[in-house]
Amino acid sequence: MTWLRLAFANLRLSPLTSAVNVILMGLGTASIVLLLLAGAQLSETLSRDARSIDLVLGAKGSPVQLVLSAVYHADVPPGNIPKAEAERWANDTRVGVSIPLSLGDSYRGFRIVGTTEAYAELYGGALATGRFWGGAMEAVAGSAAAEAAGLVAGSQFAGAHGLMEGGHNHQSRPYRVVGVLEPTGTVLDRLILTSLESVWALHGEDEPPARASGMDREAEHEHEHDQEHEAGHTHSEDQKAEHVHEDDHHQHEHNHAEPSHPDTEREITAMLIRYRSPLAAMTLPREVNASGSLQAAAPAMEISRILQLVGVGMDGLKAFSWMLVVTAALSVFAALYGSLRARRVDLAMLRCLGATRWELLWVLLMEGLLLSAFGIALGFLAGHGAMELLGGWLESTRGVAMTGWIWVPAETLLLLGLFGIGVIAATIPAVQAYRTDVARTIAEG
Amino acid sequence: MSSSPAIDVTDLRFSYGSHTVMDIAHCHLARGESMAVIGPSGCGKTTFLHLLAGLIRPSAGVIQILGQELSALRGSGLDRFRGQHIGLVFQRFHLLPALTVLENVLLAQRLARVPVERGRVDELFQSLSLAGFEHHKPSMLSQGQAQRVAIARALVHSPELVMADEPTSALDDRHTDQALALLRESAQAVGAALLVVTHDERVRGRLDREFEMSAPT
Repeated sequence: MTWLRLAFANLRLSPLTSAVNVILMGLGTASIVLLLLAGAQLSETLSRDARSIDLVLGAKGSPVQLVLSAVYHADVPPGNIPKAEAERWANDTRVGVSIPLSLGDSYRGFRIVGTTEAYAELYGGALATGRFWGGAMEAVAGSAAAEAAGLVAGSQFAGAHGLMEGGHNHQSRPYRVVGVLEPTGTVLDRLILTSLESVWALHGEDEPPARASGMDREAEHEHEHDQEHEAGHTHSEDQKAEHVHEDDHHQHEHNHAEPSHPDTEREITAMLIRYRSPLAAMTLPREVNASGSLQAAAPAMEISRILQLVGVGMDGLKAFSWMLVVTAALSVFAALYGSLRARRVDLAMLRCLGATRWELLWVLLMEGLLLSAFGIALGFLAGHGAMELLGGWLESTRGVAMTGWIWVPAETLLLLGLFGIGVIAATIPAVQAYRTDVARTIAEG
Repeated sequence: MSSSPAIDVTDLRFSYGSHTVMDIAHCHLARGESMAVIGPSGCGKTTFLHLLAGLIRPSAGVIQILGQELSALRGSGLDRFRGQHIGLVFQRFHLLPALTVLENVLLAQRLARVPVERGRVDELFQSLSLAGFEHHKPSMLSQGQAQRVAIARALVHSPELVMADEPTSALDDRHTDQALALLRESAQAVGAALLVVTHDERVRGRLDREFEMSAPT
């Protein structure tokens, strides 16, 4: 018979009360754990994805939208910008690296990003298999996108118009996967990269595909496909007009080589910029915003703005969760204190059998701690489990990779804090047990 | 210490303020002997038992239990002395409801700070006809069974002194006989002195000696 077993037996004597206490404690703990895990991973994911991007150039509009669309690929872009104008800024002496992005299509919910190889390098994305794109309509898939959509080097897929699933397919112009990237744990994993030219080929001109490598077989049916393509197309009126115009000049267009298009007509969605020196942050964004039709947004600033907004909600939820924990602690206190009245004779009898005051204090404290410990264990398990479930759901619907199987440093503090609360809840009943008047209790009992 | 009496009390007095509850000039119990402390309700019998067990401290006088002066022991030391050398049986037994019969008895062994011996417990259960009830909860026992468990618990650590408070008051004549015989034989079996505190006249003539108590004047 150890004290632990005695404490445990006492708890089992009133299973309902004990279970309610454990569940209350578990709920409070689970909520806090979930918030800690989600908060830590959210800010970590956000800052990791924007780590090496100092500035985003894009169309005028909401800077948050621009950052969300161009850095996190989590929103629709505010619009397109002339490539020439973006490049004027990219060539500025204060700019170290500049990467153009052209968005518009997706495959099975994974965005197809027209860009340069430098974009993959930004996230340290190395090829797992294959090579980077060389010719038109060649694509490289991020690891998660490749896995989920079943893309391997050599597979072909048709991009869907729009950034969500269910858009109109560019059936006539399938992409060919030529490489798959290693996992990086960043947004890159969920993207399909291709050249800017491939995106332009599908969008700006909607011209028949260049008779490039691997495309010759499809080319035989090109005209037929194009008709279908046009019929179901949701492009705006002026684009339709363009189609008609292009059909007229079908033969003519064929002879055009893509690079011969003057750069001034080209549009991109955004330009990611890395400063040559941090000093550029003082002047460049302001200059961009003041002149011309472009907008400059600094991801770091927009992230902190988003996190601040999210943080207010998180703090509210956290406060609520702590209230649950305090409620649980009060309930543990009430249960122990209540049982103390019923058990004062038992405690006095323990003294008669040779237990010291300190041992009575200890056994009551242990009962409180056992209740807390079971509650805390349940809470951590439930919190991590819920995070894992939520993470799976977020990954499949929002493209945010989160897991429940991590331990953030704040959890250790939480653990200690919760045990502290458990001790406090048990202290008053324990002290009462310590002060039991044995003779009177036994005489009355 | 082995030659010292089980109980040796001199000029013992207990009072609440100016009201004296109990007053005993001298009381003595030799080792292995049994004695009934008999007196009417309100004469301070239970107070006497609590004083002897070290649960309360006297207002005046000296209590020596097995040669140990109780006033010399403090706090936890007193608790340990009680646990190790004294076995107590109360009228209402006070078995711990959360534990099984066996656990109740093993707990007493542990609290007495003697080595835990299952053999000793089994032996005791045999002699008290408790074999088979080891895993019952106290709430499932009859009055007689519960008393036998309480006796087993008081004897499991082989104490030198066993004290029982009103062990017969709730029993009919036949069971009173049985209970007294059981207490006496059990105490004898471990060589312990036995003190029975009671107002029950039926106890007269059943133990080695009788000590009369009357309300203090």
